[in-house]
Amino acid sequence: MPYNKRFDGRKFDELREISAEVGVIPNADGSAKFKIGKTIAIAAVYGPRVLHPRFLQDPTKGVLRCNYNMMSFSGSGERVRPGPSRRSKEISHITEKALEPVLDLSEFPSAVVDVYIELLQTDAGTRCAGITAAALALADAGFPMKDLISAVAVGRIEDKVVLDVSKEEEDYEGGMADIPIAMLPRTGEITLLQMDGLVTLNELKEVLKSAKKACEQIYKVQKDALRARYLK
Amino acid sequence: MSNGIVTSHIINLIDKDSRLDGRKLDQFRDIKIEYGVSAKSAEGSALVKIGKTEVVAGIKMEVGEPYPDRLDEGTIIANVELLPLSSGEFESGPPTIKSIELARSVVDRGLRESKAIDFKKLTIKKGEKVWTILIDAYSINDDGNLADAIGLATLAAIKDAKFPKYDEKEEKIDYKEKTKKGIELKELPIPVTVLKIKNKFILDPTLDEENAMGARLTVTTVEDGRICALQKGGISPLTPEDTEKIIELATKKGKELRKLFK
Repeated sequence: MPYNKRFDGRKFDELREISAEVGVIPNADGSAKFKIGKTIAIAAVYGPRVLHPRFLQDPTKGVLRCNYNMMSFSGSGERVRPGPSRRSKEISHITEKALEPVLDLSEFPSAVVDVYIELLQTDAGTRCAGITAAALALADAGFPMKDLISAVAVGRIEDKVVLDVSKEEEDYEGGMADIPIAMLPRTGEITLLQMDGLVTLNELKEVLKSAKKACEQIYKVQKDALRARYLK
Repeated sequence: MSNGIVTSHIINLIDKDSRLDGRKLDQFRDIKIEYGVSAKSAEGSALVKIGKTEVVAGIKMEVGEPYPDRLDEGTIIANVELLPLSSGEFESGPPTIKSIELARSVVDRGLRESKAIDFKKLTIKKGEKVWTILIDAYSINDDGNLADAIGLATLAAIKDAKFPKYDEKEEKIDYKEKTKKGIELKELPIPVTVLKIKNKFILDPTLDEENAMGARLTVTTVEDGRICALQKGGISPLTPEDTEKIIELATKKGKELRKLFK
């Protein structure tokens, strides 16, 4: 069965509506809100500050610690129990790995930089939205960064590459590949790459090309949000 | 973070009937309520800002068995999460005593004791199936008076809520489909927190003012002025005269705040 028309009517290479805002949490050292379609992620940065317990400290540089969490009413079905789950722990971990390559924490030995990501509403693409918001929050906090990080989930359904996978597409009956990708938008270097599904190498090449274009669009929205706050 | 100089300055100011941000002692900061902030996911949701303090609350509804001693009643479960995202003072981990106190004394007790929700109306089939209303409030930014913000946010979220469709044959909820039926609120239990600093009473304290407090009393009142919940905090005691004065202040302010929902 060919997949000729997307459930929500978007073009195959079209993102959902995106918007970003920085400085949304006055208490935090840096913060941002990122919306993609109906998925809403809020990120706050606290630090550098003292890292406890001490054995986690790195005397050569600061440690980035991310925490991804879905608010208990933000899921599509029953209430999500508060507190960490296996899923949220894994996403927290890959979020750290996605952001570390652009961040220089060598000035902050033995310290921690905490990034808290909360999902207020979810409709697919939450880890990518969280990473995109977190990168903005880190920039808002003023950390030295090589580049921002932009992230998007690209899918493959039948013979089509679909940009910014929706919930209906995630649940596509005929099977699909869901590939969240984060990258340095200026160089195209990849810092997050995961996949559920089956693809050929050629299909993956197409997916990566499509992700690069999408990340450039997201990057623009991120930069505009930072400009709106700092270049009034 | 408490700061000795700020604290003593605040105390001196309040003693002279003034405050750091220029408000009157019984004056609230600007209040903003936004409904449906998580409309795609939650059955009901709302965001409340009081000055720089921000809270979101969401409602999920589930169907389960009733308690054995209340076969024809549904129930509510209230939970408050003080997110480390909202303040450098909050840490990740199991609920702290502060978050448990807020959930129990502000949200749960206010709704239960005021009989705001008719639990009997949450029955689907007596003894077998009843609705449970799950209320979760999250701090987004803590600049003091989380208690009142959480109270308003949970009421707003309940007012925003619509029951999801329930298929009695399949015994399944279709969360994608909301019905037009809302949760009937027979009362609006409004919590108002009053702080005693020196011999003065202030409303809607900022974080710095909370750090300067002697005693605190959260008074939840209903429309006709009756009190449905009380919770004292802080290290100083309150005299019966103090308590009366506080309840007067809270009842008056509660009447004003109730208008936000009309």
